[in-house]
Amino acid sequence: MRRLILFVPLLVFFVMGIFLWRGLQLDPSKLPSALLDKPVPAFSLPSLQQPERMLSELDLKGQPALLNVWATWCPSCKQEHPHLNRIKDEGYRIIGLNYKDERVKALAWLDRYLNPYAEVIFDEKGTLGLDLGVYGAPETYVVDANGTIRYKHVGVVDERVWQQIKPMLDQMASGEQVTQ
Amino acid sequence: MKKLLILLCLLPVLSQAAIDTYEFKDDATRERFHTLVFELRCPKCQNQNLADSNSPIASDLRREIHRMLEEGNNDAEIIDFMVARYGDFVLYRPPVNHLTYVLWYGPFGLLLVGIVVLLLLPKLLRKRSQDKDESHLSSNEADRLNKLLEQEKDQ
Repeated sequence: MRRLILFVPLLVFFVMGIFLWRGLQLDPSKLPSALLDKPVPAFSLPSLQQPERMLSELDLKGQPALLNVWATWCPSCKQEHPHLNRIKDEGYRIIGLNYKDERVKALAWLDRYLNPYAEVIFDEKGTLGLDLGVYGAPETYVVDANGTIRYKHVGVVDERVWQQIKPMLDQMASGEQVTQ
Repeated sequence: MKKLLILLCLLPVLSQAAIDTYEFKDDATRERFHTLVFELRCPKCQNQNLADSNSPIASDLRREIHRMLEEGNNDAEIIDFMVARYGDFVLYRPPVNHLTYVLWYGPFGLLLVGIVVLLLLPKLLRKRSQDKDESHLSSNEADRLNKLLEQEKDQ
C-alpha cells in the first residue's frame, strides 16, 4: 500500500502532461464570441454602394447568411476574397461589413476583385464592429434566418474552414423548410 | 550637459505616458479612466491591457471608455459593456463563477494539501523508523549471526 504512494508524483506528472498537451492544441488568439446565440445587435448604417440607403439588422433576417467583416487595409481579406466569391457562386448569401474603411477604396476593391456580397454595410466608424465584438478583420459570423449569431470564425475563411461552416448553413436552411 | 542627461533619463517615461490625450471633467474621472484601462485587456493582443496597447482596437476601446465616462456611466456599466461584446477575456480580474472556481480557490486548495502533507510527514517518518526497529534481529537470530561470523573468521 505504501509503495503506491510512490506513484503519486508520476500520476501528477501525467495529469499535468495531459493539460499541457491540451493547451498546446489551443490557439490563444481565437476568442469565443460573447454574442454566440444572441441576435445581431441593432444598427442603422448606410449601404456601401448606395450611401442614401440605410441597412439594419432586419436585412440579416429571412435567410441564413454569412456576415463577413472586411476592409481594404486588411491583407488577409485579399487572401480570403476568392474563397468568398466561390461561396457566393455555390449559392450562399454573404453580407459584407466594410469595417473602418474608406468608401472609394472599398468600391474600387469590389470592382477589382468582384463582389460576393448580397449587401455591404458601410461601418466607417466601426460602431457595429464594436457592438459585434470585432477585434480584427477578417471575421465571419454565421447568422441564422432569425438574425441570431450561431458561430464566429476569426481569420480567413479558406476551403478547410468553409467545409466546417457549410454544414451549419445547410442545416439551418433545411430546418427552416421543415418549420415553414 | 547635466540638464540634457536628466532629460534623456525622462524620455522613456514621457513616451510611455503619451498614448492619447483625453480631457476629463475632473481628476476623479481621470483616475477612473486610468484604473479601467489598466484592468481591461486588449482583445486583439495576447497579454496587454488597454493602456499599454497601441493596436487600433485598443485605442477604439479607450475612446469608448472615455465617452462612457463623460456620459456619466459608472464603472460597472462600462465593464458590463465590454464583457457583453468581448466576453470575460477582457477582464484581467475574472469573475468568480463555476468556470473559475479552480482558478480562484485552487491555490488555497494546494496550500491546504501542502499543510496536511507537512503535518503528516513527521508522523510517517517516525512510523517508518519504528518499523525499522521491528526489523532488528531477535536475540536468537543475533546469536546465530555472531556464530556464523566467527566461523568465517576462523577459516
